[in-house]
Amino acid sequence: MNTINPLKSLLLATVLLSSPMAQAAGDAAELEPAGINITDLGALQRGAKLFVNYCFGCHSADYMRYNRLSEDLALTEDMVIENLVFSDAKIGETMSIAMDPDQGEAWFGKAPPDLSLVGRSRGADWLYGYMRSFYQDDSGAWNNTVLANASMPHVWWQLQGIQKAIFKDDGHGNQVFDQFELVSPGSLSPQEYDNTVRDLVTFLDYMGEPAKLKRKSIGIWVILFLSVFAFLAYLLKAEYWRDVH
Amino acid sequence: MGKPASGLARQASALMTWVDKRLPVTEFWNAHLAKYYAPKNFNFWYYMGSLALLVLVIQIATGIFLTMHYKPSANEAFASVEYIMRDVEWGWLIRYMHSSGASFFFIVVYLHMFRALLYGSHRKPRELLWVFGMFIYLVLMAEAFLGYVLPWGQMSYWGAQVIINLFGAIPTIGEPLTEWIRGDYFISDATLNRFFALHVIAVPLALLGLVALHLTSLHEVGSNNPDGVEIKEHKDEDGIPVDGIPFHPYYTVKDIFGAAMFLIIFAFVIFFWPEAGGLFLEHDNFIPADPLVTPEHIKPVWYFTPFYAILKAVPDKLMGVLLMGMSVMVLFFVPWLDRSPAKSIRYKGAWYRILLFTFAIAFIRLGMLGMAEGTPAQTWEMRLWTFVYFAFFILLFFFSKGGKTKPVPDRVKH
Repeated sequence: MNTINPLKSLLLATVLLSSPMAQAAGDAAELEPAGINITDLGALQRGAKLFVNYCFGCHSADYMRYNRLSEDLALTEDMVIENLVFSDAKIGETMSIAMDPDQGEAWFGKAPPDLSLVGRSRGADWLYGYMRSFYQDDSGAWNNTVLANASMPHVWWQLQGIQKAIFKDDGHGNQVFDQFELVSPGSLSPQEYDNTVRDLVTFLDYMGEPAKLKRKSIGIWVILFLSVFAFLAYLLKAEYWRDVH
Repeated sequence: MGKPASGLARQASALMTWVDKRLPVTEFWNAHLAKYYAPKNFNFWYYMGSLALLVLVIQIATGIFLTMHYKPSANEAFASVEYIMRDVEWGWLIRYMHSSGASFFFIVVYLHMFRALLYGSHRKPRELLWVFGMFIYLVLMAEAFLGYVLPWGQMSYWGAQVIINLFGAIPTIGEPLTEWIRGDYFISDATLNRFFALHVIAVPLALLGLVALHLTSLHEVGSNNPDGVEIKEHKDEDGIPVDGIPFHPYYTVKDIFGAAMFLIIFAFVIFFWPEAGGLFLEHDNFIPADPLVTPEHIKPVWYFTPFYAILKAVPDKLMGVLLMGMSVMVLFFVPWLDRSPAKSIRYKGAWYRILLFTFAIAFIRLGMLGMAEGTPAQTWEMRLWTFVYFAFFILLFFFSKGGKTKPVPDRVKH
């Protein structure tokens, strides 16, 4: 019987069509994977501490509540108040800052964005790359290879040290970034620095979607339940259909 | 007939008789389920209709709960969605069901439409059924577009900007028309408010009405099947199609199984992959709408990108808009473009397989190109596939009449 299987043809078409369109995403392809694990409670706690100590002066997290930190990071509310709240904010309040956006704009040229969702809008790999790619240009000003002409100065230069960017010719007369050269070491070794950035990114990723911690563990049970249900539904169907076939 | 009815069963039956004299419940049940005869040879593709209905119910149910917490105001919309995601109990689940549900709606609808093209389900006497289906598709696109604006992220804002500006390409009335749609000189709080009203009540009402028409029309003519033969032409002495089986219980139990399989995939996305790598929830939409900052790369959600690619393939804006409109509208006429004596791809010649296969590739490839950055090479490729897309309909018209067919069987085979 010469029939075609439309489902198979569709699958074949999909395979045929899976050309490297993803590269259209541009520079995202060049980013190193951050290698974070948001179920790592230690990394989340260290990341939260880094966030409130280094980022929170200028960046708010307006959609995040302090008590969510105690819920999700296995901290008591007192521990959160003691270690992570530097203002007179109450535990149920959001992580907002006093800095006026207009003032921020005047100081940095662009108001420091709220970071509640930066883990989702930029993604972990971008953040990991960004925090490791600050360099001092020849004029002594900060720049960044992941986000050129970023308004943000290198907040962690004392940790990372100061690096210079080495550019090379790409063969078409354009200068492209080649590698970094550490000109003055910081208080952390490059390995330690990467781990510190990873902790912060783990926290930012979690903060972008706190439900992520829960949803995966719930999802396994939902799918297990549905699988049993589908199996029973199949048996029911087979039973009814015996007199059709 | 077994044991005598118990007292309770007798009372239930008396109650049913009482109701039936006042509302034709049993009659309706029989006409549309228990004595509605469907061909016995439905395959995988025939799950999509009931799945579309399931997704519609999911969208309405989750949508109701979302409206309880969502705030349709330019100042509060984005924050209220994050409030749902973080502070509302199970809010993240409801929101992900709704956002993934939108994409799954289009997945099942596209497969449902493709099924019609495979087996000729749009052919006489089912032309109106197809036309109502097309109206559902149009209304669904409107519903999805309006809903996408509500989270008020960057892509909501700028996507709406691009789409509404398309109406501006119409000569003379274009500009006033876009203003009338927005209710302002730019996308603003007024736009968001009216889009909310349209999304939660006006368009869903139209959608439900059209679904009712689609189903009424389906049950009037009866379902087609993978062999594309009419089961009503062979009835037994009781007037029941020989190759038909009652929808209930046979297809209800089968569709329950189909729904379970669908829900497994749906749950996988909701719980493990809700952004679908930026396809279902775009990364830029996690940045609040900012009228002063244009995102680097504005693109519609995946289900619109095939048409967006056709728009971008044309250098002239008005021509692009017209061609894009035509690419959707031409689908309305497929029942009359296909003139082959055989309905199903099983009994059409190789010409139809080649045509439909290339058309499917063109549609998917256009979809991929529509979300790409739009390099000159990609633009040329878009033009190529736009040509292939339209060629399908023209070639279908000319090939179908004389194109080779195999003998169509009298009765359904498998």
